[in-house]
Amino acid sequence: MSHAQFFLVGLAALAFSACVAGTSWASEPIKIGFAGSLSGDLAPYGLPPLKAVQLVVKEINAKGGIQGRPVELLVEDDACKPELATNSATKLVAGGVRAVIGHICSGPTKAALPIYQAAKVLVISPSATSSLLNRDGEYPFFFRTIAADDVQAAAQVDFALHTLKAGKIAVLHDKGDYGKGLAEFAKALIERSGTAQVVLFEGITPGAVDYSAVVQKIKRSGAEAVLFGGYHPEASKLVGQMRQKRLAIPFVSDDGVKNDTFIKVAGKDAEGVYATGPADASNNPVTKAYREQFRQAEGSDPGAFFDNAVAAALALTNALAKAGSTDPEAVARILRSEEVATPFGPIKFGAKGEPVGIGVTLYQARDGQFVQVR
Amino acid sequence: MKSLPMPTGKDIRHALLTGLWFMFLTFPLLVIKVDPTEQTVTWRWANLLWVGGASAAVALTCRLLAAHRAARAERLRRMPDQASPHFPKPPLLFRPERLLPLSAIAMLFFLAFPLVFSTYQVNIMTTALMYVILGLGLNIVVGFAGLLDLGYVAFYAVGAYAYGLLHLHFDLGFWVALPIGGLLGALFGILLGFPVLRLRGDYLAIVTLGFGEIIRLILENWGAFSQGPSGIADIPRPGLFGLDMTLDQSLIYQYYLTIAMALATVFVVNRLRHSRIGRAWFALREDEIACQAMGIDKTAIKLTAFALGAAWAGMAGVLFAAKTTFINPASFTFLESAIILCIVVLGGMGSITGVVLAALILMLLPEYLRALAEYRMLVFGAVLVIMMIVRPRGLMSPPRQTYSPSR
Amino acid sequence: MEYFLELLFSGLTRGAIYALIALGYTMVYGIIGLINFAHGEMYMIGAFTALIVSSVLSIYGLPLPAILILAALAAAIWAGAYGFTVERLAYRPLRGAPRLAPLISAIGMSIFLQNYVLLAQTSDFVPFPSLVPEFAFLEPYGAIVDSSGLTILAVSALVMTALTLLIKFTRTGKAMRATAQDRKMALLIGINVDRIISLTFVTGSALAAVGGLLIASHIGQINFAIGFIAGIKAFTAAVLGGIGSIPGAVLGSFVLGLTEAFATGYVSSDYEDVFAFSLLVLILIFRPAGLLGKAAAEKV
Repeated sequence: MSHAQFFLVGLAALAFSACVAGTSWASEPIKIGFAGSLSGDLAPYGLPPLKAVQLVVKEINAKGGIQGRPVELLVEDDACKPELATNSATKLVAGGVRAVIGHICSGPTKAALPIYQAAKVLVISPSATSSLLNRDGEYPFFFRTIAADDVQAAAQVDFALHTLKAGKIAVLHDKGDYGKGLAEFAKALIERSGTAQVVLFEGITPGAVDYSAVVQKIKRSGAEAVLFGGYHPEASKLVGQMRQKRLAIPFVSDDGVKNDTFIKVAGKDAEGVYATGPADASNNPVTKAYREQFRQAEGSDPGAFFDNAVAAALALTNALAKAGSTDPEAVARILRSEEVATPFGPIKFGAKGEPVGIGVTLYQARDGQFVQVR
Repeated sequence: MKSLPMPTGKDIRHALLTGLWFMFLTFPLLVIKVDPTEQTVTWRWANLLWVGGASAAVALTCRLLAAHRAARAERLRRMPDQASPHFPKPPLLFRPERLLPLSAIAMLFFLAFPLVFSTYQVNIMTTALMYVILGLGLNIVVGFAGLLDLGYVAFYAVGAYAYGLLHLHFDLGFWVALPIGGLLGALFGILLGFPVLRLRGDYLAIVTLGFGEIIRLILENWGAFSQGPSGIADIPRPGLFGLDMTLDQSLIYQYYLTIAMALATVFVVNRLRHSRIGRAWFALREDEIACQAMGIDKTAIKLTAFALGAAWAGMAGVLFAAKTTFINPASFTFLESAIILCIVVLGGMGSITGVVLAALILMLLPEYLRALAEYRMLVFGAVLVIMMIVRPRGLMSPPRQTYSPSR
Repeated sequence: MEYFLELLFSGLTRGAIYALIALGYTMVYGIIGLINFAHGEMYMIGAFTALIVSSVLSIYGLPLPAILILAALAAAIWAGAYGFTVERLAYRPLRGAPRLAPLISAIGMSIFLQNYVLLAQTSDFVPFPSLVPEFAFLEPYGAIVDSSGLTILAVSALVMTALTLLIKFTRTGKAMRATAQDRKMALLIGINVDRIISLTFVTGSALAAVGGLLIASHIGQINFAIGFIAGIKAFTAAVLGGIGSIPGAVLGSFVLGLTEAFATGYVSSDYEDVFAFSLLVLILIFRPAGLLGKAAAEKV
């Protein structure tokens, strides 16, 4: 008997005993997908969430899986491009996943959702914040562990109007899906408030070598605060050049800026910058545990959206375990009704998949780190 | 075929020197890694040895191969009777008598593809086939007429947005949008063509590049018109007499549709090549002045090249929008134009078979290079360079067409 | 008026940044007629080398001026070495090939080098220390003029003058012009054409690297993709001025930089690139060989 034959016979025997002993194939894995930007410019946003999901999956498998079934993770790279995201989604669905954690960017998520919807696959995005996603609740299996843009914009505007007491506000964005969406919400909210006006609304070109012209324009507009929608590379350049040109007005930005890379890159110019982000999770024992694991595995601190992805993975695996099956309706029901302990404390999900328990908090960069304001 | 010659001392010295040069070259970037905020330095000396060893080995192999080839050429020169005839036969696969069975096999393969492979593979193949259409379209402009166009993606965007917007505002379907996309593409082609009639070579290249960027930036910034960077979602897939299809069926239907489109493109482009216009394009490519002297209307010929090339891009754009169901300006960057241009040049300028092959290779390569994970794009770049060096005229350089006078 | 001056300085800074990269583009184009898409990567590699060297030196506690000089030197040497190697590997074998083959090879090289730096260093943005000291005498005008911008302006003016003199008066310069005019003839009169072409690549890359250092120090951050974006703009500038012409590249850069700054200042930065590219199209319609390019007489 050759090795292969021996192996096959052994496998058959195992399968047979499993059939006799239990009701189902105890060893058949539950497949979960991960899709996000793992290459290209936006890889830094996709890699930490992947690590987070891998950590959670590893831990669950070490404990014997979900109801005796191991969890298998299928990983797909969409490079944050919608046209690749549909390929990734099709591949995951064809691979038999029951749920997907991802995608990272809003555009690809939007493009991929119909494919998941058709196959009734649950989707939990750790980072897609576009308010246009699932605005009318058209995707009952879509969830996210991050606050949507309109929530962030509201927090920014509220802070600028009531705490900073700014009457003239310059609203800038990076012309991207995320940044421009956020900026448009902010603009509408400011105009509706009646107490302040938008004196400048402009998109800056990402990757440009110099922003001094737009800085001079802000200065001329007489703005008392700048709201910026976009990511940290443009934000740090903008702040740097504002300070260089002796423009010391407050700079309020978003979740794409509230990270350690921004502080590292902007250096002393980062001091005093405000940014919104999910509530501070660093003292939560769950956060501490996973961040520590990451540090041991990678030797560095986790990057963007790590905690959100941990939360997504924990919520999903918890719901799968409690539902007792992979039936999407049942799992979705659990996600909406039962709270689960995550880095952000106990959370559950609302009717349109929005997280209940992950709010938006305002931070300020002080002495090289973002600390909660108030 | 004899094995490689033994390396001489000179070969080894050359290899060692190459190794040393690359060790020097990659020293700062590969060995030192600094953290400017923490003020720490990591030295990765092991990388240095890898680079030195690998580059020396590659240099030695290349040198020996070259020596081997030179020796063989020398042998052939000395013994002319053993040499191959003056006109070497084309490689086995491309002899005319093999063409029919070969294309039949290829056809069967493509037709059976969805039955054999998973939906995912079908999806990738659909994308690759769309690039076949794009490559053939650009081939008209660059390969036939010799006009270097670095902004071809603009017409692709025009087609995609034509369908997206027509659906959004007027609820028009795929089959109505397809010809409109093609027409709009052609219109924009002429629009671009007029101002650049006087430009030549690389000046033309940069203006077309600029044109491509302008179209993308307008789509990005003119939110009221195009919905800006958040794009247009929920574009319907192509329908088939109102039949209700599942996602899988619809994807397979789309695959066959794309094949049909690609075949139609091949057919039309092939007919065009031998037409009066086609021959005028070749004349234009070879010598603009002589072409004019022959009484060919340069303006009309250039404009038809732009218009016809752009029309295919427009239709491919409609297909693209229907396939991804979501479009935004980020899909239409300069890099996309560059990739399509790579397809044309790699295929062999003006060769239809070559362009089809190159499109399939370049589009499927990154997919199957996924096993290389983060080294994927590194290898892709290297493959482009190596392919160009090995076959600078492209995979298939078309033989000069000769026409015998009719008797 | 002050606003106008502010925008003027912004535009000049931008122009000088483009000029430092555009000069290399135009040199290479002038001599072998190749759009060297990998040129932007030389700027990026120069910036990374400067970052690495300056960080190591500052850990050993060297004074700032010494760091600046050594980092610039290292950046120039290594970027020059990369330029030399890229030409040998990717362009020289294609010298007799059809015109578009080296262009594709250049695009491949650009993709390769970007990913090489991404893998060897990092995919993230890295802070770049400001190596250019703050000039005390600029303090009263601080809101308009900044020292890094001024340095870039001065260096680009210096480099342009030096290059023009080099090409006009030195033996090497003459050899370069001869090679550009007619490579075969240059060979016949005993010019080592290979050496001259290599030298052009080394000089162009070294210039881009010094530009990389200054620009990175001005913006304060780098990553592997900065070369491509800046490269396209610099290429546009070079063509605008008449590709192949040294003063043309500088003039084109300033025209482009000023257009962008004034478009942002008086219209909207939403459309700054639309203005830049539209200007390019307009200028080329009326002067098909760029601002300072000479329309070559066609030989039949």
